[in-house]
Amino acid sequence: MENILTINNLTKKFGYLTAVKDLSFTIQKGNVYGILGPNGSGKSTTLGVVLNVVNKTNGDFHWFDGNVDTHDALKKVGAIIERPNFYPYMTAEQNLKLVCKIKGVSTDKIQEKLEVVGLLDRANSKFRTYSLGMKQRLAIASALLNDPEILILDEPTNGLDPQGIHQIRQIIKDIAADGTTILLASHLLDEVEKVCSHVVVLRKGEKLYSGRVDEMSNSHGFFELKTEKQSELISILEDHKLFDKIKTEDDLITAFLTEPMAAAEFNKLMFDKGIILSHLVKRKESLEEQFLQLTDNLN
Amino acid sequence: MIRLVQLELQKLWLNRTSKILIFISFILPFTVLVLSSIKINFFGFFTLELGELGIFNFPIIWHITTFCASYFKFFFAIVVVSMIGNEYSNKTLKQNLIDGLSKKEFILSKFYTIIFFSLAATLLIGVATFCIGMYYSSYTEASIIFREVDFLLAYFVKLIGFFSLCLFFGMLLKRSAFALAFLVILYILEWLVFWGAYEIFDSADKAFHVKNFMPLESMYKLIDQPFQRVVMTKFPDKAELGYDYAVYFSEIGIVLGWTALFIFLSYRLLKKRDL
Repeated sequence: MENILTINNLTKKFGYLTAVKDLSFTIQKGNVYGILGPNGSGKSTTLGVVLNVVNKTNGDFHWFDGNVDTHDALKKVGAIIERPNFYPYMTAEQNLKLVCKIKGVSTDKIQEKLEVVGLLDRANSKFRTYSLGMKQRLAIASALLNDPEILILDEPTNGLDPQGIHQIRQIIKDIAADGTTILLASHLLDEVEKVCSHVVVLRKGEKLYSGRVDEMSNSHGFFELKTEKQSELISILEDHKLFDKIKTEDDLITAFLTEPMAAAEFNKLMFDKGIILSHLVKRKESLEEQFLQLTDNLN
Repeated sequence: MIRLVQLELQKLWLNRTSKILIFISFILPFTVLVLSSIKINFFGFFTLELGELGIFNFPIIWHITTFCASYFKFFFAIVVVSMIGNEYSNKTLKQNLIDGLSKKEFILSKFYTIIFFSLAATLLIGVATFCIGMYYSSYTEASIIFREVDFLLAYFVKLIGFFSLCLFFGMLLKRSAFALAFLVILYILEWLVFWGAYEIFDSADKAFHVKNFMPLESMYKLIDQPFQRVVMTKFPDKAELGYDYAVYFSEIGIVLGWTALFIFLSYRLLKKRDL
């Protein structure tokens, strides 16, 4: 697989504070990556370093095959970090023209990209008249101007209203569906869960996990069960070697699997033992639960 | 290089404030020059015609126009300082870098723009001076006309030096107002250096020699004040009025040295800084 970004043992210190500590990971073409971590875990700093605005303290990183300067590589990257930054006195179109000139691409695609983010009718309004949601969408349009190899988004839905969040998410999904590699930094886990195939989990500047979302925890999921014969069910489950942890909340029983098992198979087993289930759901932990597990293990 | 100048020109030209300031810094010296060259009638009491003083004669006209025009550089200095200040306050500097401009290109785009405007200002003053001179001057032989065009070169270098200083202060302080205030502080500092040197050498001449190496003074020294020279031409027999007003390559060298240093320091500052 083709590598887009490789980071080796990257460290960034701000005085005494170590914002990023010995971080290594690679971004491969075609995947959608999420960088997860609580506030202050070093997500934005890491992106700042690879985007040439923050100086690294130690380690190194390279774009693509490592034969291009960072600033030239960035011409093939689309990135939005934190807040959308444009010249307030220029219109959307003028701002995008300037970006085209910096990236050295033709201005043909401005109309097309403005249409993608739904700003075509406001193309000639000055940037300062835009709402935050529109500014964020313009930033996405600007990042897409060069049809980038990779799109980097840092907290793209921060401070937006529900409609704005929904619009941005939809745009990201559409872009991901086109096969563009995406790197999305966020502390909003459901956001990452909805679009990402891979995650890098950071805490206090250190990497806790990097890999596929579905391989993040080694659990095989759990069953949520309801039945009339609750005490019998619990005793059967406790005797069974497939289950290691059983929780009861009111009439809902949650049983965690130690080995894979299909819901139908479980249902049959219960029926054979004379227990009729009124509720059976097999679930995997949500990203949020997995994330909390992962970060808790270290506390 | 053209790409970098184009980038900066778009940033400046679409901003109303800087457009007005650029306009003023070009048009105002030009108007003053033209106004001063026509006959002004003060309500019939008397007429003032500066041309009669002989200040529009070649070659002294080169000296006078470049000296006076250089005062209007402050308008463009505001533009230079704010073109850095705005990039910081709008955070567009960060965005430019993310979009793929290198830090070196960023500084160069500002520097090339400074050169571009300095060159334009020099050409404008050159052409205007030439026309007014041809109209008023008593001498129009080519050898006399072009004898002191080196004042134009001095004017050009002076503008580049001064704007580079502004660029550096802008980069250093990130805020336009602070950067302009620092120019005043630097002016005071240079007088403190002069005072210090005077204490050491106990001679005003030597102290001035030291001060001549300071940035602002070295730029000012490029074109000495021409008024004494005008008086000199009126009283040619008064030897004590004599002074050396010529442009020296050593003076140009000092200013170019400062320019190189300011641009280099601006780049270093940007390179080291986390944005």
